[in-house]
Amino acid sequence: MTQYLPALFGGMMLGLSAVLLFVVNGRIAGISGIIGRLLGGHQVWINAAFVVGLFTGPLLYAAAYGRFPEVTIASSWPLVLFSGLLVGGGTRMGSGCTSGHGILGLARFSKRSFAATATFLAAGIVAATTMGLLK
Amino acid sequence: MTASAYARIAIALLAGAIFGFGLSLSEMVDPARVIGFLDLASGHWDPTLAFVLGGAVLVAVPGVMLQRRMAKPILDGQFHQPQRANIDVRLVVGSAIFGTGWGLAGFCPGPAISAVSMGLPLVLLFVAAIAAGMVLHDRFLAGRCS
Repeated sequence: MTQYLPALFGGMMLGLSAVLLFVVNGRIAGISGIIGRLLGGHQVWINAAFVVGLFTGPLLYAAAYGRFPEVTIASSWPLVLFSGLLVGGGTRMGSGCTSGHGILGLARFSKRSFAATATFLAAGIVAATTMGLLK
Repeated sequence: MTASAYARIAIALLAGAIFGFGLSLSEMVDPARVIGFLDLASGHWDPTLAFVLGGAVLVAVPGVMLQRRMAKPILDGQFHQPQRANIDVRLVVGSAIFGTGWGLAGFCPGPAISAVSMGLPLVLLFVAAIAAGMVLHDRFLAGRCS
């Protein structure tokens, strides 16, 4: 089980970050929402600050552990492009992604977020399993 | 800007850094780990993502219980919460589209944007595609269909 401790601690930091933003600033930490507001020119400073903070994540990790985290992308560039379009359009239509719906939405016992999380997990499983079988 | 506006920006920066570090520590910044969880037929299923989501909710639930006892957030006049309560077609269809994209390449918005600082071309392409997908949605699909 100890091999999953970094995942558990890392996950707890995601929760801590979301709670900090909610309790202090009164805002839901939804990454797709933050990007959407940045693109729309709404509350630019505060959303840009969160994104700059996100950028520092791998750098702080490298400072602490002496190496960058692994990022292994097996997909071709057209697939990366296509999936990015789906992620952008889908999160906009569904009002959130793995952070807003998946973390704070579940913790708020939001019916909408339970439905969204169940749906994107199921769709993700179908897509990844299908891709795996086609390989 | 007022002093509390500067303080809110500092909190957003700190929250972003904690979130980004958490994504690196939990290895969710790596699409291979995400696909390892979502691909059920690989023969070597990777439960990491469940521990990450579990850890996050474990902290967020008491945080929300605390929030519900507060009249207002520390640095703002009111909590800004989603007002919609009903499960509609857009929520479900949008989440299904998002989930499909997530499962195809293993990236969702947080990890992809966090990994921008590592400068990998495919990550930059993915983030540009997210932005393009949002703009295309707002231009062509934003009309209410439910």
